[in-house]
Amino acid sequence: MGKTLAEKILSQKSGSDARAGDIVIASVDLVFAQDTTGPLTVRQFQTSRFERLANPQKTVLFLDHAAPSPNQGLSTDHMLLRHFAQQTGCLISDIGNGVCHQIVAESLAKPGDVIIGADSHTVTAGGLGAFATGMGSTDIAIAFGLGKSWFRVPESIKVVVSGNFPDGVYAKDLILYLIGQIGADGATYKALEFSGDSVNTMSMSQRLTIANMTVEAGAKAGLFAADKTTQDYLASQGRDNHYQPVFPDVDASYEQTINIKVPNLEPMVSKPHTVDNTAPVRELKGTKIQQVFIGTCTNGRREDLAVAASILQGKKCHPETRLIIAPASRQVLLAAIKAGYIQSLIEAGGVILPPGCGACLGLHQGVLGDGESCLSTANRNFKGRMGNPEAFIYLGSPATAAATAISGEITDPREVM
Amino acid sequence: MLKGRAFKFGDSISTDHITPGRLAHLRSNLPELAKHVLEDADPTFASKVKAGDFIVASSNFGLGSSREHAPLVIKMAGVSAILAKSVARIFFRNAINLGLPVLICDTDKIDDGDELEVELAAGTVNDITNGNQLTFSQIPEVMLHILDEGGLIPYIKKYGDFRL
Repeated sequence: MGKTLAEKILSQKSGSDARAGDIVIASVDLVFAQDTTGPLTVRQFQTSRFERLANPQKTVLFLDHAAPSPNQGLSTDHMLLRHFAQQTGCLISDIGNGVCHQIVAESLAKPGDVIIGADSHTVTAGGLGAFATGMGSTDIAIAFGLGKSWFRVPESIKVVVSGNFPDGVYAKDLILYLIGQIGADGATYKALEFSGDSVNTMSMSQRLTIANMTVEAGAKAGLFAADKTTQDYLASQGRDNHYQPVFPDVDASYEQTINIKVPNLEPMVSKPHTVDNTAPVRELKGTKIQQVFIGTCTNGRREDLAVAASILQGKKCHPETRLIIAPASRQVLLAAIKAGYIQSLIEAGGVILPPGCGACLGLHQGVLGDGESCLSTANRNFKGRMGNPEAFIYLGSPATAAATAISGEITDPREVM
Repeated sequence: MLKGRAFKFGDSISTDHITPGRLAHLRSNLPELAKHVLEDADPTFASKVKAGDFIVASSNFGLGSSREHAPLVIKMAGVSAILAKSVARIFFRNAINLGLPVLICDTDKIDDGDELEVELAAGTVNDITNGNQLTFSQIPEVMLHILDEGGLIPYIKKYGDFRL
């Protein structure tokens, strides 16, 4: 019997014949924490009495969730992380560089890697063909010290995506549709492995969007086998392509297969307060929105800003709707400036935030008022997520976000494109 | 044997309900953070819960973030175990790593405020109030070893490595 992509990667990294359900110990190619999970990681590492990191060059601390720090408590946490990096020689990505998952994609992840991070959206790197999954601070602290972790080899669900994306429909709509179909725990403990002719034509940015949100269906990993798009992406990032491509076997065993025909999809939103509470955008027409947020590890990439800018260029945000934009990384911000997207977005009334995560999780910048509603391109709409449990969050694509910013109510982007 | 009262919660209690991002500045001040445990699901929980009590939830408890502060503040509140119909993956692993048992059983048979007794070794929950006895699913062996040592840090201190 052949192996799934998850089984293949975990077999290689554990030196065993890993099959779904097995428990294996695998070496990790990258282990990281960020500024809201890192301080506990550092303390647990110290409590464990490790004398050094297993692999300082494969260990990274990201200062991205509170970037720059909005208060004394988080500033002290940042100092702790910077000091730890100086002491141990691990890598540090300081404020302004961007969201950890975007930096991992741009600069660190390779196909076939095992990557663990103290952040649930670590699954994003599955877009590059890495087995990447989120864990908590203690697991990450132990991996800092040992360079490995234990894994239950997940069963895999094969998602076969076929056909071309209609105008106004994007990777975000596809993943929202899938989560709506299988539910917020539809893939708990499992891997979602994506394939099909649509995947072959998807950009890396779109793959990262989809992989990023697989955790919102409970998945342990969301995987795309590496192909020419992956190779071209790595080359465009100036990265040497020293990796062993890993592919699933044709006779691999999947728990189930889900077929999605992209031409049948339409723009989707998740309604408050769960990600699987999905509906077509058209059903929400007329819902007033006070804030539109474009950014995050889900949809803060160059391609996303390009779509938003193309819709907003020469137009103005609705007077009762504010637009905030957080590019996912310094690289994205620079590219968006160069391409003129930032100018278009600012001229339309947008406010540009520094690259980072803050607004998405209600940590700082863009906190909602009581009773307010936000249309966000992020991955979560839980109660309280954007800093106020009395607020309402709708999730959608950058195109839906831009169309909504113009009309002040949830709007199908096909109406303005 | 663990003994305490049931505090019932519904489906999809996220890590944002348990310890929201707006309190991230308190994550290095755990006693202060713990005062807000589950605030966005039940603002009165922190003041009512007593040492030994149980969180009794429905499906997909702990979904969302990897923040280990979520099970940590629940443990600091004195909760002796979480009972749920199902639990999100990262939360499950985090709780066990902190020595906090998470037990999967049919929580519909337990009412808010019921007095419960949990026998970890026997795998049973006795609802003293209504007389029901429930069994919970076996915790995977690798996690049981970690739980037996009181969490992953004591486990690694003892063995120096993972032992399967």
